[in-house]
Amino acid sequence: MRFPILAAAAGIAALAAGPASADPIKFEYWYGLSGHLGEVVQQTCERFNQSQSEFEIVCVGQDGYAQAVQNSIAAFRAGKHPTIVQAYDAGTADLMMSGEFYPVQQMMADFNIAIDWDNYFPGISNYYASSKGELFSMPFNSSTAVMYYNIADLKKAGVDTPPATWEEFGADLEKLKASGKECPFAYAPSSWVDLEQFSMAHNVPIATNNNGYDGLDAELVFNTTVHVQHMENLKRWRDDGLLQIRTSQGGLNARDSFAQGECSFYFGSIASHATVHSVATSDLTWDVAMLPIYEGYERHNTVVGGASLWVLSKKTEAEYRGAAAYLGFLATPESERFWSSNTGYIPVTKTGFKNLKDSGFYDNAPYKGREVAIESLTYTEPGPLTRGIRLGGFIQIRKEWTGEIEAAFAGKKTIQEALDAAAERGNAAITKFARLYKGKSLP
Amino acid sequence: MRRAYFKNNWIAAALVAPQLLIIFVFFYWPTAQALYWAFTLEQPWGGGNQWVGLENFQAIVEDEYYWNSVMVSIIFAFFSTLLSMGMALVLAIAADRQLNGYKFYRVGLIWPYAVAAPAVGLAFRFIFNPSAGLLSHLNQIWPGIWDPIMNGDHALAMVIFAGAWKQVAYNFIFFLAGLQAIPRSLTEASAMDGAGVLRRVRDIQLPLLAPTAFFLLVINITDSFTDSFGIVDTMTAGGPARATDLMVFKIYEDGFRGLDYSGAAAQSIILMLLVMVLTFFQFRYIERRVHYT
Repeated sequence: MRFPILAAAAGIAALAAGPASADPIKFEYWYGLSGHLGEVVQQTCERFNQSQSEFEIVCVGQDGYAQAVQNSIAAFRAGKHPTIVQAYDAGTADLMMSGEFYPVQQMMADFNIAIDWDNYFPGISNYYASSKGELFSMPFNSSTAVMYYNIADLKKAGVDTPPATWEEFGADLEKLKASGKECPFAYAPSSWVDLEQFSMAHNVPIATNNNGYDGLDAELVFNTTVHVQHMENLKRWRDDGLLQIRTSQGGLNARDSFAQGECSFYFGSIASHATVHSVATSDLTWDVAMLPIYEGYERHNTVVGGASLWVLSKKTEAEYRGAAAYLGFLATPESERFWSSNTGYIPVTKTGFKNLKDSGFYDNAPYKGREVAIESLTYTEPGPLTRGIRLGGFIQIRKEWTGEIEAAFAGKKTIQEALDAAAERGNAAITKFARLYKGKSLP
Repeated sequence: MRRAYFKNNWIAAALVAPQLLIIFVFFYWPTAQALYWAFTLEQPWGGGNQWVGLENFQAIVEDEYYWNSVMVSIIFAFFSTLLSMGMALVLAIAADRQLNGYKFYRVGLIWPYAVAAPAVGLAFRFIFNPSAGLLSHLNQIWPGIWDPIMNGDHALAMVIFAGAWKQVAYNFIFFLAGLQAIPRSLTEASAMDGAGVLRRVRDIQLPLLAPTAFFLLVINITDSFTDSFGIVDTMTAGGPARATDLMVFKIYEDGFRGLDYSGAAAQSIILMLLVMVLTFFQFRYIERRVHYT
């Protein structure tokens, strides 16, 4: 158990710091991460407060990404909002359209804090940048989806290398089943993995207008791409008993089913790498690999998930100075190292990654394997279809997708019918979003 | 009947003012705000809004999944009310008969009401867990017979049961109080006339409990429409495939998670009207059969 020790160490450090001189300028930061990850966020705040005495950041956990955004909105309307808020990838379009933020690239320039913006991985910075390439929010906790696999199980089934294509993946599931594995693949429908990361890796569109980057009047097209075939395969694997649905509501979620050795494969965020390590049974041999792709497709980069830090408008100049100092502090190599080694999140800058790599960080357990995420994110230069997703109402779209896929898995409709319905309902959400911001366009 | 009048209306007004203020701030103001939003498109970050008339309502009534949500809510309200009132009544009659240990469970039965809905949801998530919970034994005998993860009917049954369980304690208190208010002489007299336990329940206790039962019916139905969020949120998150997408949960999902404030406001207006209409019908048609002594 790592984190009680960390927490205790942080507590002692906080005591040792003693009272600060004069009255520091206070500003608030609301974050969505919870549990162990939330504690590490809290530690970054403590480290910042100890590193200088001019400012004091007050970090408040909101217990969930969605809550962090909705609480900030409620507070914003009442004029009691935090200076910095951690907002998740899917909430990006709403914040961009609201205009109620201080673009970080602008802010750092205004306060003369030098940041080498070209140093950020393009796959990460593009997601949070305007169409002109100006960064609106600070990339922070970044991840991408990877395939977790059980080495011993595969070996027992006669498979030596992890599958690189979905065709091989399907064959491996059969072999695992034949070797006596009850649950070859732990699965829970996730639009982030099955739709978003999948479409990026295959360089196929999710929506027109280059996934929404070129205008608010985009239309969803995921019901016409290889995504349909993929979902049909998933359903077939389930019907054949090769895949088991594992959710928290049903007891063990997919990650824990994998970590406890019940299932041999699972797909999820690289951010779970640390958690799998701490939950895993002692004799579990496992590793991660990039998502498989279908034969006949060329592999492309996957896209960043996670969240970024937005600086909200209507704050005082002093608070902005503090926020700029904090974001500058987070961008230092030491902070980046602290963050990446204590969580499973990847470093967001090229030098941050290089420093970690050169120091041998990725050579040994428990960090070995995390470099796969960087490899996946930087596999190709981000193109028009792999830059990211900029769709209004995207949270709704994810929900429609999940609801329809659940219906298809329950046998109420075919995958094609389900995805058609999800696209149609998602399009309604996009249209409504465009009407909501009538006369405005994406910045 | 005697009534007291204030000579000075200003004193009366001053005395009720705090109460009126509270009602205004916590009820009429938010309701008016929701009503206004329901007719506009409201930007979440407060950047402005535009009047769209009945468009939000039109979008809702044309949405088949909204009607699904209404149906699910009605089924949930009906069965959870039936189940919780039924269970509470049996328990209250048993407690009232002073069977062995009744003092212990008269107190014990009140406790569940103090448990918060999300905690109830979490507890029942373990109980109903298809692979590790109590019902998982059924799955070992007949694989797949209990599957609330993928089977919508099972999921709804599970949520209904948890919702009913939470209400049992509340109903129990009222039923027991109602039973204790029935004069002992009535039951004793009928017992001497040779009426058995069930006969006394049917002919004396149940008719005299009618006002209590009616009150509980109204409260339970209203409660199951408006206060079921925590259970759904922890147990099923509205799934699978919207099988447990209760109206109140959908409002939260669309409004706060999906940031569609206007659509959610329109839905809450409809929910409010639905609860009002239901309550009206209960008073109009069921209360007529209730005799207050």
